[in-house]
Amino acid sequence: MATDHEPMGTAAPPVPGEGDHLRGSGPEAIVYLDLACPRCAGTWAEIARLPLRLCVRHFPMSAKRPRSPALHAASEAAAAQSEEGFWLFWDSLLADRSHVDDPHLWERAERFGLDLDRFQRDRRSADVAARVRRDFVSGIRAGVTETPSGFTASGPLRGDLAEQLRALAEAGS
Amino acid sequence: MIEPGTKAPAFTLPDQDGNDVSLSDFACRRLVLAFYPGDFSPVCTDQLSIYQEVLGEIEDRGATLVGVSVDSSFCHAAFREKLGLTVPLLADFHPKGEVCEAYGAYIPERGHANRSLVLIEDGEVRWSHAAPTPLEIPGANLIFDALDA
Repeated sequence: MATDHEPMGTAAPPVPGEGDHLRGSGPEAIVYLDLACPRCAGTWAEIARLPLRLCVRHFPMSAKRPRSPALHAASEAAAAQSEEGFWLFWDSLLADRSHVDDPHLWERAERFGLDLDRFQRDRRSADVAARVRRDFVSGIRAGVTETPSGFTASGPLRGDLAEQLRALAEAGS
Repeated sequence: MIEPGTKAPAFTLPDQDGNDVSLSDFACRRLVLAFYPGDFSPVCTDQLSIYQEVLGEIEDRGATLVGVSVDSSFCHAAFREKLGLTVPLLADFHPKGEVCEAYGAYIPERGHANRSLVLIEDGEVRWSHAAPTPLEIPGANLIFDALDA
């Protein structure tokens, strides 16, 4: 009936791979985060340095958090210049959610050694929007209904995400 | 929960602006009813917000999504504004839960609806799903599974 529509029905989250943002070593997990979400910021502080291989995916909830799309676009614009730039932006945006207006994004771009003009162009580009949307749709299809949400190869992680990921890290040690 | 193949019970309920909305208003479209326990409760907040994020894709498929709870129109108006929702919300306020009950979505001992989805087309229920536990939110993926079937 809707064969010409973008597929949005149930599908497991794509296996992390090339084109994903992956960091660390250890048992692998996927986390869907909203950069403007206070719960995500709290969870990220607890999990970012665990001995895990974390695949982070964009899940902006734009109606609930209107600033969210701009933050995700900013992180992908940084990624267009370097993967290190992506992680600097990702960590920084989650660590300091009270400084996320445009001047704060420009300051970060300069501090992280990015080309500001290119950053400005890229964060408004269709490619960046498509990249963020790709992650978002994969989350919708995997049944993500809140942020943060996590998955392993075995399926969704239920309950307190930080607790689940700590247990995963310990099991892998 | 109401079963597929059942004639969809007729209803007329006020929306968040106090305007009456009837099942017959959707005669030419597919209608997805999203029953939920209450405005402003933490889990319900995420549920409606998720559906809001994919409203365009639902509408592209010739369907309208409408939320239903026992809250008043005034409460719905404030809830929509707080969450930036454009999803219409119907107030099954008086008689309390009557429409929820007709769809098998009312929990009388709690005085509110469960968390469920119903797809209606041509006056008939085509699909329904109730969350197995009160804390579980039916994902938007389930709506698309039903719409794209």
